[in-house]
Amino acid sequence: MSKQLTLSVSPHIHSGRSTWRIMLDVIIALLPATVAGCVIFGLRALAVIALTVASAVGFEALFNLITKKKQTIGDLSAIVTGLLLALNLPANIPLWQCVVGALFAIIVVKCLFGGLGCNIVNPAITARVFMLVAFGSMTKAALPTIVDTVAGATPLAPEAATSLGDLFLGLHGGAIGETCAVALLIGFIYLLVRRVISWHLPVVFIGTVFAVSFFLEGMNAVAALSAILSGGLLIGAIFMATDYVTSPATAWGKVLFGVGAGVITVLIRYYGVYPEGVSFAILLMNIVTPFIDSWTKHKVFGKGGKKA
Amino acid sequence: MAFSLHGVHVPHRKNTANSSAVYVDPPKTVTIPMSMHIGAPAKPCVKVGDLVKVGTLIAEAGGTVSVPMHASVSGKVVKIADYLTSAGSTVPAIVIESDGEMTPDEALTPPVVDSKDSLIQAIKNAGVVGLGGAGFPTHVKLNVDPARIEQLVINCAECEPYVTSDTYTMLTRTEDMKTALEAFKTYMGIKHIVIGIESNKKAAIKSMMQLMKDTCQGCKVDVKVLPAKYPQGGEKVLIYHTTGKVVPTGKLPIDVGCVVLNCTTLAAIGSYLATGMPLVKKCVTVDGGAVKNPQNVIVPVGMSMADVFEACGGLTSEPSKVIYGGPMMGVTVPDTSAPIMKNTNAILALTAKETKLPATTPCIRCGSCTNTCPFGLAPAEIAKAYDRKDAVKLEELSLATCMECGCCSFICPANRPLVQTNKLAKVFVREEKAKEEGKK
Ligand code: SF4
Ligand code: SF4
Repeated sequence: MSKQLTLSVSPHIHSGRSTWRIMLDVIIALLPATVAGCVIFGLRALAVIALTVASAVGFEALFNLITKKKQTIGDLSAIVTGLLLALNLPANIPLWQCVVGALFAIIVVKCLFGGLGCNIVNPAITARVFMLVAFGSMTKAALPTIVDTVAGATPLAPEAATSLGDLFLGLHGGAIGETCAVALLIGFIYLLVRRVISWHLPVVFIGTVFAVSFFLEGMNAVAALSAILSGGLLIGAIFMATDYVTSPATAWGKVLFGVGAGVITVLIRYYGVYPEGVSFAILLMNIVTPFIDSWTKHKVFGKGGKKA
Repeated sequence: MAFSLHGVHVPHRKNTANSSAVYVDPPKTVTIPMSMHIGAPAKPCVKVGDLVKVGTLIAEAGGTVSVPMHASVSGKVVKIADYLTSAGSTVPAIVIESDGEMTPDEALTPPVVDSKDSLIQAIKNAGVVGLGGAGFPTHVKLNVDPARIEQLVINCAECEPYVTSDTYTMLTRTEDMKTALEAFKTYMGIKHIVIGIESNKKAAIKSMMQLMKDTCQGCKVDVKVLPAKYPQGGEKVLIYHTTGKVVPTGKLPIDVGCVVLNCTTLAAIGSYLATGMPLVKKCVTVDGGAVKNPQNVIVPVGMSMADVFEACGGLTSEPSKVIYGGPMMGVTVPDTSAPIMKNTNAILALTAKETKLPATTPCIRCGSCTNTCPFGLAPAEIAKAYDRKDAVKLEELSLATCMECGCCSFICPANRPLVQTNKLAKVFVREEKAKEEGKK
């Protein structure tokens, strides 16, 4: 035999899952919301998305170039971060702010912490919060361009009175990708089918928000339903909170994360100074994830006698 | 049993499951290494030039944890060479030139077994080791107080992809299995026999049901049909799924009253008890994308892989890896001169396509590894602790529990070398402990 046989440690076959494919699946799952956002908010939304994604990828490439690291943009994670950030921005945001947001997400939150897998908090969420605090970007959300309603600010603002149907279709003010519930749910189903994420975290997160809102609204189911359909809850629970890197590994860990994030979201919505609490809630839960992970480890088989 | 343990759904690729095994023509030479088992190497008791027949003793057990070796062809001893084992040690290997006759040694007669001790001695004389993979001398495993054995578990899971040689045993060697089981019942007082088998082997399940029906006289029998989920045949996994018992870390099956024997091991014992012919031939699954005619073959121990592939029509393309055993836990070889061992159940010549791995990226903390590990270990954490060279943390993470089944590496989307890291980490912890001991 002429060619050298490969020597390697077992196993010699692989499931075929890959980081690249998972990232691609997330991008695919975000497409319905991306398209919906462009339809609802018009060309300006498309510009925001394109610029933010391009900046995110560009900054990561540049960082790797300058620090002489192996190029990593091929793993598609920068596109995911850029797209998620863009979908969390209002369509009327000044374009330069998109670039700054992408810079913050990629360089400060991701690369400086060591790149993919090493960041402590989710880059897109953190950048969103940073922009909210720094620019107040999110307080005056864009309005849909395809309807001529004067719905005011986002439905979470006091003067809001959006019908459940409009909430479901996303015909109201808000960030580009967060308003269309239908599109987000399609993405959720895709992620479940592809087994990219498990149901635990999003379902518990959204369920908790529903339950607590229901209670605080005096057992009003319609109000609770509109609470879960408005703001950034769906996109946050389905796409941002489930980020592998910054959420717990085990099913019970995900449940804990979901409950915590749900409660914090509602508390901020009701008692905080900002109208929306999802980002803050996820950010806070990102920070406690290492603790959740250590509390919810699997019991090792045969350790200390019996298996749980 | 409350929960079933995690695992992975591996592709079965049991292409050879329905093929009856073919006897191949004896090779020109066989190379019989003195170490095909865990424990001390055997000591050669023949010289160059000696004439041997099939079954002739050529090496004696090198200690308590060791087994004797026997000639697998008739012919002449031509060389006693050095042989480098895959574990990295050098042992002698006896090379026999075949006369092409395969004449059995006429001195072989069925052993006289009338007690537990004579049964154990017979198993030792048969040269039988664990044929499911590990190659641990079977007589050592069985040499326990029979009163401690609550269940004899027969491992018929055969969970590795491609491999079907145990299926062959189950379909065609039930007589041998029965002979061995009857001896265990009579001389070791076995009261409960449990068979663990994966649900995808319909014909074998039927055959095992019949075997249990025939063996149930004075003994409780069970055939547990288990999901075809890797690593169902892992010893501790099988015990848990068939008996509900948890073998604690660092303990042996016998500590929970179980003895596990692979079905082919059992058949090898039975065949010796019935005929006196020791373990000198093996049914081996020959498969992989590079093999022209994948099939099960019956070959003498010591036949080179190259000769076996040749007997299966040769290789159609350059394999990228050639391995002993299944693709999940098998061992790669540097070249195909490597001989068939007693515990070789398959040899695979895999193409680059079959062994394709995704790109390695940093760990994305997806949790798949820990959620897949049958023992609930956290391979990603173990890797981090090993990077920091933190022996204390490694012990805390129960590194020693890892059975190196490969589920974690198989599932990891970042293609982290998790099993490899666990192996290295185990060596590291052992060295650290040795250092500690040295200081005291
Ligand atoms: S499966 Fe791989 S990528 Fe996922 S947590 Fe484990 S080591 Fe990291
Ligand atoms: S850590 Fe060990 S026991 Fe667990 S899946 Fe990986 S190889 Fe198997």
